[in-house]
Amino acid sequence: MSEEDDIILSELNDEELVQQMFDDLYDGLKDEIEEAVNILLERGWAPYRVLTEALVGGMTIVGADFRDGILFVPEVLLAAGAMKGGMGILKPLLAETGAPRMGSMVIGTVKGDIHDIGKNLVAMMMEGAGFEVVDLGINNAVEGYLEALEEHKPDILGMSALLTTTMPYMKVVIDTLVEKGQRDDYIVLVGGAPLNEEFGKAIGADAYCRDAAVAVETAKEWVARKHNQMSA
Amino acid sequence: MTQLPDDNILAQSGLAPTGKSGRILLLACGALAREILDLITLNNWSHMDLTCLPAIFHIHPEKIAPAVREAVAKHRETYDDIFVVYADCGTGGQLQQTCDALGVQMVAGPHCYSFFEGNDRFAEISEDEFTAFYLTDFLVRQFDAFIIKPMGLDRHPELRDMYFGNYEKLVYQAQTNDPALTEKAKDCADRLGLAFERRFTGYGDMAKALKAL
Repeated sequence: MSEEDDIILSELNDEELVQQMFDDLYDGLKDEIEEAVNILLERGWAPYRVLTEALVGGMTIVGADFRDGILFVPEVLLAAGAMKGGMGILKPLLAETGAPRMGSMVIGTVKGDIHDIGKNLVAMMMEGAGFEVVDLGINNAVEGYLEALEEHKPDILGMSALLTTTMPYMKVVIDTLVEKGQRDDYIVLVGGAPLNEEFGKAIGADAYCRDAAVAVETAKEWVARKHNQMSA
Repeated sequence: MTQLPDDNILAQSGLAPTGKSGRILLLACGALAREILDLITLNNWSHMDLTCLPAIFHIHPEKIAPAVREAVAKHRETYDDIFVVYADCGTGGQLQQTCDALGVQMVAGPHCYSFFEGNDRFAEISEDEFTAFYLTDFLVRQFDAFIIKPMGLDRHPELRDMYFGNYEKLVYQAQTNDPALTEKAKDCADRLGLAFERRFTGYGDMAKALKAL
């Protein structure tokens, strides 16, 4: 039996437990994360504090190591699965306890594209950062985006594509917003493996986000800028 | 059939030019080496020589354009011309920009799946077939090295549906008629939980592009 198997989560103090949660998120241990979330809640931690200090804190380490080439996609997916388990417990409680709200986002993979791993990671990390996220899923035509924007009136529109053949569709959506005079109503963030900053600029997006962590930082920055402009 | 280099070497190291013949250097993805050598032999294209970059760049497309730039710089003095046998291959237009800047031509299309099928036909069917996962002869042979291991499915098979849950079928684009490879492709589809379809493409638009040189 390894040393790790001997750890009894409930016997750790708060600081040790959060540290252990960082390790367990890193290792993608969903059951352990769910158990630890419940322990912290029983100890009186506010759901928002569990989310930000333990889960988001842990995923930030995962994100940094992914960016630095220490972790790879499979490990990030396992970590995300573990975080999702913890979020599942926290989400209903966050709504009840009035957690701070950073802003809102409608996100979806573009028409003709079924790839959603990166988009799902972004949606999860945005939720973790306090954004309300409406996830439209995959294969979204411009009409679907417009409908969702009209219904939810988010701060941000996020679009994702993995294919060279589907990424130009982002421009179709942005051009339609321009035609309808709605482009400036939203912050438009784009991402996906074949994209780059130059492409983001060329199609008229506000920013290209290379990964989920960058998406969260970019979203916070643009939302703050938008609010400052509105209050000026 | 031409004497062919080992797939594992093509995947990780690529292929050096022979340096013995040819006015034109074909600078290709290692995943196309067998097919190109076969075409060169069949057509007696003695004016061509072949060098390949590691096929594993297929899963690291950000490495393709810089590697092409480096290889063109290395070989351009030795040959009259260099032709890049890559499609866009997930570079998001960067490879085309690199080729334009270097003054060399490349194969048209978004991916080898497209030029094997024929770019026009691929564009036509892609509206209805975007839930298809494509494998070529090379990718069937190298399925474990290019799909299973990099995606961590050997260590974490539970991730399969996160990767492939939105796909419906695996289309094996056969460049050659090889019953054993077809059986292996069927097995690949089973392992991914996808329906199977075999489609003979031959060398498609790649053959046309090379013939025109």
